[in-house]
Order: sequence, then C-alpha cells, then structure tokens
Amino acid sequence: MAARERDGLKAVPYRSAYRRVAWFVVGALLVLGPVVFTPYWLGLLTQVMVFAVLAMSLDILLGYTGLPSLGHAGLFGVAAYAVAVLSTAHHASFWVCVIGGIVAGTLVSAVFGLFVSHVRDVYFLMITLALGMVVWGLSYRWIPVTGGDNGISGIPRLESHAGLPVSGPTPVYYVTLAVLIVCGVLMARLVRSPFGYTLRGIRENEARMKSLGFNTWLHCYVSYVIAGAFASVAGVLWAYYNGFVGPTYVDLTASSEVFLMVTLGGPGTLVGPALGAGAIVLLKNVMSAYTHRWLLILGAVYIVTILGAPQGLWNLRVSSPPRGTRRTRR
Amino acid sequence: MTYLITQTLNGLFSAALLFLIASGLTLAFGVMRIVNIAHGSFYMLGAYVAYTVTARTQSLLAGAVAAMAGVALVGFAVERFFLRRLAAQPLAQMMMTMGFALVFRDAALMIWGGDPFTLPYPPGLAGSFAAGDVVFPLYRLFVVLVAAAVGVALWAVNEKTLLGAKLRAAVDDPEMAGGTGINVGLLSGLVFAAGAALAAFGGVMGGPILGGYPGMDFDLLPLAFVVVIIGGMGSLKGALAGSIVVGLVDNFGKALVPELSYFTLFAPMVIVLAIKPTGLYGRA
Amino acid sequence: MSWWRVALVVVIAGATLVATAQPVSPPIKLGFLAPLSGAYAQNGRDILNGLLLYLDEIGYRAAGRTIELLVEDDEAIPAVGLTKARKLVERDGVHVMAGALLSSTGYALAPYIDSMRIPMVYPVVSADDLTQRKRSKWIVRTGYSGSQPNHAFGEYAYRVLKLRKVATIALDYAFGWESVGGFERTFVADGGAVTQKIWCPVSVHDFAPYLTQVSRDVDAVYALVLGRAALQFMRQYREFGLKDRVLLIGAGTTTDEHVLPFMGDEALGVITALHYSAALDTPANRTFVAAYRARFRKIPSYYAESMYTGAKWLVAATESIHGHVEDRAALVDALRAVKVADLPRGPVELDAYGNPIENVYVRKVERVNGELQNTVIATFPKVSQFWKYNPSDYLKQPLYSR
Repeated sequence: MAARERDGLKAVPYRSAYRRVAWFVVGALLVLGPVVFTPYWLGLLTQVMVFAVLAMSLDILLGYTGLPSLGHAGLFGVAAYAVAVLSTAHHASFWVCVIGGIVAGTLVSAVFGLFVSHVRDVYFLMITLALGMVVWGLSYRWIPVTGGDNGISGIPRLESHAGLPVSGPTPVYYVTLAVLIVCGVLMARLVRSPFGYTLRGIRENEARMKSLGFNTWLHCYVSYVIAGAFASVAGVLWAYYNGFVGPTYVDLTASSEVFLMVTLGGPGTLVGPALGAGAIVLLKNVMSAYTHRWLLILGAVYIVTILGAPQGLWNLRVSSPPRGTRRTRR
Repeated sequence: MTYLITQTLNGLFSAALLFLIASGLTLAFGVMRIVNIAHGSFYMLGAYVAYTVTARTQSLLAGAVAAMAGVALVGFAVERFFLRRLAAQPLAQMMMTMGFALVFRDAALMIWGGDPFTLPYPPGLAGSFAAGDVVFPLYRLFVVLVAAAVGVALWAVNEKTLLGAKLRAAVDDPEMAGGTGINVGLLSGLVFAAGAALAAFGGVMGGPILGGYPGMDFDLLPLAFVVVIIGGMGSLKGALAGSIVVGLVDNFGKALVPELSYFTLFAPMVIVLAIKPTGLYGRA
Repeated sequence: MSWWRVALVVVIAGATLVATAQPVSPPIKLGFLAPLSGAYAQNGRDILNGLLLYLDEIGYRAAGRTIELLVEDDEAIPAVGLTKARKLVERDGVHVMAGALLSSTGYALAPYIDSMRIPMVYPVVSADDLTQRKRSKWIVRTGYSGSQPNHAFGEYAYRVLKLRKVATIALDYAFGWESVGGFERTFVADGGAVTQKIWCPVSVHDFAPYLTQVSRDVDAVYALVLGRAALQFMRQYREFGLKDRVLLIGAGTTTDEHVLPFMGDEALGVITALHYSAALDTPANRTFVAAYRARFRKIPSYYAESMYTGAKWLVAATESIHGHVEDRAALVDALRAVKVADLPRGPVELDAYGNPIENVYVRKVERVNGELQNTVIATFPKVSQFWKYNPSDYLKQPLYSR
C-alpha cells in the first residue's frame, strides 16, 4: 500500500542528513530553553509542548485512524478538572493527582468510546461534538464540584506540589519537555507497530480490513481510548502549568482549536500536529499582542491553508498524492 | 397549569427560532454534505444587518429583507468561491467554514463594535396577551406562527415544485442527479444561499428578544446542531421534529433541573445517535 | 566546542548590556486588563474610560515619571485574562496592574498575581473572599465586596420597604451568590423570608423559562443581572405581566448607568443598592460626571467611577513612595495605607482586610429631564464588608453560595 511506504521510514540519504541537523538544532534549543529564552517565551514554549501532546493524541484518531473527533478537548478537560478537584478540594498529594487525572480522563474516554466506535466520518464528528458538549455542560453547570463559570483556581505549582527543590518556570518546562519526549516516542512507536498499520488500513479501506478478519470496531475503540489517555496526560500538565481550569478549556472552540492544530500541521504525521500546536499557540499569543484583529487573521490563515495546503503544512514536504481528507469522501 | 402553558409556549418559541436556523443547516448538509460551522455567523450577521438598516429606515420589514438578501449573497459567495473548490471533502469544508466563522465574528466586531442591542418590535406586537393568569408576549406567538408558515412554504417548495424535485434528487444522489441534467452546482449555491437567508431571518426574528451581541454566533449553533442530529441530517421533517423536541426539552430542562440543563439537552442526543446514528428521519 | 562558549558569553553579555542600559527615569508601566470584546465589552470599556479620564487629568505623569499604559482585552474569559496577565507581567514587564471585571477572572488571576508579586488594583471585582477568607497580599480592592451593599439593602427592604416575602433571580456565579446571600442574611435576620431562589446561567439569552417560575404571591422580586442581560430582563419582566403585579428590586448592576440609558419606562420605579450613583449630588461627583460626559458623551457607570477612583488611589500611592514603583512591596504597602479624599462616590477608607468602608446608596429609577437616573433615596454611611457583624465571627461562617 502506498501509505505504508510513505510512512515506512524509507529515508533518502541526503535528506536524512539535513533532517539530523534540524533535529539536533531543535533538540539543542529545547534543552537549552531556560538559557536561551526569557521566562515569558519559556512559558509559551511550555504551553506549546502541552498542546503538542494533545494535538499528537488527536492525530492518532484523526490522522491515523481517520476518525475526526470534535470533542477532544473534553477528555483533556476531564483530566485537568480531576487534578484541580483533587488538589484543591481534597488536598491530594502530587502522584495521586497525576494518576487520578490520567485515570479519570482514560476512564471517560473508555465510556465515550462505547458510543462512538461504530460510527464514521461526519457522524463520528457529530457524536464527539455532542460528547464534548456534555463535558462542557457539566463543567459549566455542575457548580458544587467544578465551580461553574468561576472554574477552579489555586492549583498548586508543579514544583512545590511535587516537592522539587527548585522553583520558577524552569522545572515545569523540563518536566513538560520530558513528558513530551516520552509521549512522542510512545506514540511514534504505536503508529509504526502492527496495530498502527491496522489503524491506517481501517482509514484507507475499512471493508477490506474487515474481510481480512480484523475486528475494526475494537481497533477504533482502542485507538480512541489511547488517544484519550494521551490527551489526559496533556490535561494533567495543563492543570499544573496554568494553575487554573475553567469551562472555556473544554468548549467547542477549544476542541476545534485542537482540530485545527492537527489539520494545519498535517494529519497522520505526528510531527506536523506538534508543529501545528506551536504555530497556533504562538500565533494566538503573539498576534494578540500586536493587533486586536488576531481572530480575523487566524480565520484567514485557516482558509488560506485549506486552499493552499489542504493536507497540512508538514505534508507539503512530500510531493506525493494527498492524504487525509481525501478518504472521507462519501 | 398556568406554569405549564407558559412554559410550553416558551418551548415552542425556542423551537420556532431553532427551526429557522436548523432548516438551512440541514439543507446544506443534505445537498452538499457540508457541516457548516459558519451557519451561526449567518444568524448573527442577519441580526446585525437588520439592526443597521432598521435604524436607518425605521422599518423592521426593510431590515429583515435587507438582512436576508445581504446574507444570502454572502452565503452564495462563500459556497461559489470557496466551498465548491473542496467538493466532496467534508472535513476540509468543515474546516473552511470554521475559518469563516472566525472571520465573520471578528468582522462583525470590527464593523459594529461590541455593544449589545435589541431590535424594535414590529408595530402592534409589543404588548402581551392575557387570559386569566396566563400572560404571554404577543411577539413570541407571532414568531411561532411565522416559523410555521416558513415550514409550510419549505414543504410546498420541496414537494410540489420542479425545483423541489431537483432538490430531492440531489439529496438522494448528487452524481446521479448531475447525470440527468440537473445543474447541481447552481442548485448547491442556491440551497446554501437560501439556508443562509433562513438563518439571517432567524436572527431578525429573534432580534427583538434575544438581541444581537458578540458571541451570539456560537450561542445557538450547538443547539441547531443538536436539532439537525436528532432529526436526521438532510431531512426537513427531521429539523421540524428536532426543533420541537429540543425547544421543549431545553425550556423544561432549564426550569426544572437547572444544574443539568446542558446535560438534559445533549445526553438524549448522544443516546439517539448511539442507537440510530442517522437520527430520527435521516438516511445513511 | 570553544566557539560555542564564546558565542554564549557574547550573547549573555549583550543581553545584560541591553537590560541595564536603560534611561535614568523610565516610565511607570501600568498594565490594564478588562473585557473589551464579548458580552461584557461595554462594562469593560467603561472601566477603561474611567482610567483614561484620570490619566488625562494628570497628564500621564505621577511623581515626576511618565505613565505608560498597556491595555489588554480579557474577553471576560478567566483563561484569557490569565494569558493576558502573563503577557503583561512577563513580556512587557509592567510594574503594577489594574482592572478585571468578573469575579471569575478575579479569582483566576489572584494566585498568579501573588506568585509573581505584582501589585494590582481591583477596582470592580467584588468577589467577597478576596478580602475575606482568601486574602491576597498583592491585590488591593478599591471597589466593593458583592455582599456589602446588599447587607444594608436587606435591612432596608424589611424595615423601610416593609417587604416580607421575596423571590430572587440572579446570574449563577460568585457575584450572584454573594449578592443574594448578603441580601438574604440581613433580610431574614429581621424576619423576612426568601421563598424562591432562581439561578440563570451567566450566558442566559432568554429569561422566559426563569421568569415564568416566579410565584405571584411574593412582595417583591430581587434581581441581579448586568450588561445585555439586564436590558432583556427588564423588558421581559414587563412582557410576562410581572411589572404591574410585583415590585422589582435588585443589586446595583441591574439598573446601573451602563445599561440604564438603553432602557425605557419598564425600568421606572426599580429600587437597587450600590456604593455609587451617577445622580449623586455632591461637588466631587458633579465635577466627575461633567468631565466624563464631555469626554465620552455618556453618563458614567459605576464601572467608570470605580476605575477612576482606583486610578486616583494608585497615583496617590505612587506619589507617597516618590515614584519608586520598582519597590513593589513598598508600593503595595502604600496602596493599603494611602488616604484619598474628594472621590465621586464619597468618603472611602480601607479596612484591616483591604476592603473599602464606604457609603451604600439606595437608589430608585426615575425620569428627570427626559433621562432615566438612579435617584438616591437613602444613604447608609460607612458600611463595612462585615456589616454590623464581628469580623472574626463573620469569617468563621462559610462564603455565600447558592
């Protein structure tokens, strides 16, 4: 299959040299982050990395399995809220919060997965949108637990809660970087495993996979739960980085923003969505400092991207036939 | 009893507005498979254009006509120049409409500023209707009647005219319809424009009560989606049934279980979908 | 690898030079945050107007230093407020901050402001606990606490208006809970009863489902709404036949001047309580209202007055430390210690918990010279956030909630 070859690491030698240099420079910049960047930019970079984990987790669904989820911020939010509730109302310890957050998000995605794994395409999009709205509705109106519109503030800072001897933005940065690397490697291995190739097979031609004897429902379900688990990791990081959670982090706008990170960056590449997360977080923060019209510009960027690079920016590197949205033709 | 009657009337009023918005959404989906995130923007633009024109001409009718015509034009342009390039790529189209939703939201803020406003009532409809203890605003009843009339008109066009026959053919199978000589491209543009005009009309009809304000585009949009999903995407009958269900559930939910009011709205939809993914009247 | 080190040293040295080579007396950087778009844009712009008016009056100078104003829009979303605060503090390096509107934003910002140790003036945010159970060292409130005017108003409603049974309709968030809670406490202590409490989500766009629940056998309906919702509420209160049957009273924002000019006769006779009214007949307020009208072509709301006063407070504190705003601890101490006279709303002093002790005015909407105004019909002088209760007993009780 064509997709298999493209994704199969058939690296062309001279390209690989450039790639190594590029990776080295990026890696060096990230590792030296606290030296190179001011605290403000370090904070932004931390945000970028949190959303990179989230966007990559959505990419497993959208890019590799071909399931467009428009409620992904809901799963992220469940984990973030779990950390917030545990750490403020119950004064739980650091590891209880971390594990509690990941477990809560994963459990919710395990339940939601039962509702969504048998539908495809636009219907999948609609049901996940609705599930996302259910989470949002609860966060907004289940006031005794979530604080409603007020959200929950006063989540302890990561370094003090974890008992690290250092303070400031640097420890959060390095923890996030480490988590990003671990998650990135895990996800990259996942999509290159036999399981990952089966997901791609479902994306390309589900009927064929079925006739080959694959349980496609189960594969979709597992991929949804895995994506939910990684989204929960991002949610936990976010709760600690931000110190505050509120309904706006789980609403439709938030979910569509993650969706845009993936499509902008290039679905089915993992690296692309991570860069997409970077582009959007930076655009949002930097542009809004210079102009009050950043929403207009953001909208225009989407329109231009979809017209000019419908498969996402990262896929522009490969001059191969497009992938991604083409498959969802009725 | 008083309470029950008033709440039911309220529910029907919400249903009427939702129907105006959702019918355009469901038509666009039926013909072009477009999940139009910018549909709420058409609703918003309708209210804003009507506000400007009404302020100039002192006539709500002129405002309504201008809003529908103007927004229909915008809708037609969006379909003709942007969405059509992405024919048969539902995801890309959805993303595109999302981009437009952002652009329209910010453009409205730039043109009209952020001040909230309400439209004036049409003459003679500002008062309330009183029967015993039941006091109900006349205008809300009027909106219900107008929406019913729009529903009948849509049904008539769909079932009794040649245009309607072409439309139904295009909904059933666009490629086949194109093969039989129907200009599916033009039809798509018209349907999209008509849907936009209906949403704009919804904005005008809601204007005297809900008013116009930044963020209104995303306020009713999720509800309209719920309507379309419950009713079945592409089905006008479904949009009608869905509107009534959602209008009533929303009103009684808000009144009876305010803590769970969003849950009461979205949870049934998830269940409907889990059992019948195509909605009540939808076809796969 | 040695060129690496050289490069690093050059970069660091360069950065240090740039950082230290500043002019002798750089401007005081004031970061401002309020919703300038979204549903509360009008309230936010009124806050900004109050600031601009005062900065104009002093020519953007305090203690011999110019004031550089940096304005950010928090869109009335706590999350955005936090992002913008980070930008102001970490990127722009502001010395002091002012602003915020919603309690939710106020609560979201507080831990961050504390962790960055930036003095901040909250002119409007009224969340009770910011000066009660969750006090912040770095935040000084020059406005009011949500329950403060309502304690006085509850007593007034029972003793003067002779009300016995009241239903409440309020927005479902901290400001609503605290206002209703304050009213209920003193009203019930006197012998009144709150028979119904109806809560509407903050994003409410139609009051019909809520208004139809109000039972008609109450003496009055107490309402807390603001912004766009206030306009809709007032109109629908009449349309559902309540205006002629049940007296409407409420929190100050319900008829505040940010919405009053857009209302019609449906607002006449509504009685509310707040620490300010644009119709207040004192020399300081007349001057302020005239200046504000001349500059912005509308009457000032309490939001505008709050930030005007907040700015005056901030500048007075800055002058008392001779403009050394870099000493942030000294600035925050000065903010708590300074005395400011001739404020539009009347005398104000901060209590030991950092909340203003100030007059509470009971106002009634009347039409004067063709314009609606909040005519002051009673004044409670020097009202504390603890009303007549003992602060330490008061603080042992939980925060007002639904």
